[in-house]
Amino acid sequence: MIELLATQYAYVLLFVLFGIGIYMVIANENLVKKLIGVSLFQSAIFLFFIAMAYVEGGSAPIVPADGPVASPLPQVIVLTAIVVGIAMTAVGLALVIRIYSEYGTLREDTLREVRADE
Amino acid sequence: MSSVGSLLDALGGFVDLLPVLLIVTPILMAAAPVALGLRFDRTGWTVAAITAVGLVSGALALAAEVYTRGAVIHNLGGYPRTYGIELVADEFSTAIIVLVATISAGVLAYTRRGGPRGNTFYSAYLLLTGGLLGISLTGDVFNLFVFLEISSLATYALIASGDGPESAVAALKYLILGTIGASIYLTGVAFLFMATGTLNMAELALAIPGAEAQVLVRAAFAFIFVGFALKVAQWPLHTWQPSAYQHAPDGVTPLVAALVSTASAYALGRVMYTVFGPDFLTSTPYLTEIVVTVGTVSILAGSTLAVIQRDVKRMLAFSSVSQFGLIVAAYGLVNETAFVGATIHLVGHGLMKAGLFAAVGLVSVSYGARTVDEYAGLATNRPVAAGATAALLIALVGVPPAVGFVGKWYIGLGAVRAEQWPVAVVIFLSTMLTLAYTARLLEKMYFTPASPLEAAHPSEPVAADGGDGAAPLDRGVPGAVSVGMVALVVVAAVGAIALGFAGGAFFELLDPFVSEVFN
Repeated sequence: MIELLATQYAYVLLFVLFGIGIYMVIANENLVKKLIGVSLFQSAIFLFFIAMAYVEGGSAPIVPADGPVASPLPQVIVLTAIVVGIAMTAVGLALVIRIYSEYGTLREDTLREVRADE
Repeated sequence: MSSVGSLLDALGGFVDLLPVLLIVTPILMAAAPVALGLRFDRTGWTVAAITAVGLVSGALALAAEVYTRGAVIHNLGGYPRTYGIELVADEFSTAIIVLVATISAGVLAYTRRGGPRGNTFYSAYLLLTGGLLGISLTGDVFNLFVFLEISSLATYALIASGDGPESAVAALKYLILGTIGASIYLTGVAFLFMATGTLNMAELALAIPGAEAQVLVRAAFAFIFVGFALKVAQWPLHTWQPSAYQHAPDGVTPLVAALVSTASAYALGRVMYTVFGPDFLTSTPYLTEIVVTVGTVSILAGSTLAVIQRDVKRMLAFSSVSQFGLIVAAYGLVNETAFVGATIHLVGHGLMKAGLFAAVGLVSVSYGARTVDEYAGLATNRPVAAGATAALLIALVGVPPAVGFVGKWYIGLGAVRAEQWPVAVVIFLSTMLTLAYTARLLEKMYFTPASPLEAAHPSEPVAADGGDGAAPLDRGVPGAVSVGMVALVVVAAVGAIALGFAGGAFFELLDPFVSEVFN
């Protein structure tokens, strides 16, 4: 167990982050914080990609390189995924703004009450 | 003679480019309605219609090539597939491409008059179409994630374009859950990449059986399956779907309901069969059992929840949960018959739901009816809409010769061949359950006379001559319905029945793909 933590600590930390993100989405009543949770959750996955491309003593994958380099493919993937993630956050925040201007609240429980009254 | 040969060669080169054009054209054209909107009003529909016609003809040309001469494969940028991106149009994906192109073109006939209008709608529409075609064509698991997100992004925007604030809430719920679903899929992709070092589907299929860390491959499958279960709306991860369908504008629901979940379900089938392959599916303990259980529970839960709904759109949304349960269960059976059944049901369900949701929009405009009770007397007052809706509902139940029957028949036959008796029973039961909620609507439309008191917009009391009760009620705005709106519903109904005769043809067309996967 200790050995696992010492050698694979990045993966362990990232899965904790993964859990925190999804817990925020489920347990938090505030819509903006839910979106922050989604972002956190996605960041954990991005970092997971980066962590697994790590090569001991490797440099950044810029050609030409001397000696070992980190795998470039996950880095390309993460760049693309970050762009997708930002687009998602932007659309999500736009929807939150619309919900706030219509109902005057960001809390899900209050929102449920307001909608039940209508 | 040489000129004919060179023409064919030129066309051959063009066919090779078709997979790229089918994705790039709608995504590039998505900018046009907004850009042209700066100068002209209402150019969106024209741009979308021209693009849609182009996409339908492109899809048909591709289908002609694929079904006569075999798969068309394009390596983007000429990079080898080990690290480049490959677009693959094979027998399985071409069926979905034709479905996406034709349904999205058909929906335009509805939106011309039925709305939503405005250039931004058509931008999102084109983006969605491009994303869906991308999902169908891509041969790369990470690229699949990108296209999933492109089409989801457009879907969220389309759903949020509804009039009421409810649609923004529904869209946000879908956005949060949809993003989590796609991210969970991405985690699965990360595990696959860790285990094999490639992202190409064909390369993965070669690398997975020999991968040292089978634990990683199994973890990858688990994440990918849960991610898609969320995207396809399988019980208990379906909670985003009914409110998203219900609160989307009437012109958007046919598109979203017919195509978005269908593309995700297609992608699940593609990943399960092309990437992991039947050997992995059957050799991994409890895998098929879990997939089949998720599917069958969704069939039962979706149908049961559909029976208790009052809003027709919501009822049909829960019906989608159960119909996709049927498809997921068929994937879990891992045999040829069930797989072909699943493909037929994917296509058939898409067509039927497009027609049904368009009919719901039509009825709500022309008859002012949204709940099951308000559908009373539809047959006497709007016979064409009622007739087409009835035909589609009966097709959905699975009465021969409609397409709903063919899909369910092959899936049921597959269950019998796999000797999974509980699944066979549930599939039979699903027909009864589908009948339970469709019969409610049919009974209202044909056998309950409309009562003016129930009308959403009560009419003036009928004249003192006592009225014979059959006189058309003054509800809704019949004039607001265009020929295109009626045509979409009627064509979908005719198509759902005509496709029912094509079961054998489906089997033959899919045969090259199926025999390659299962052998």
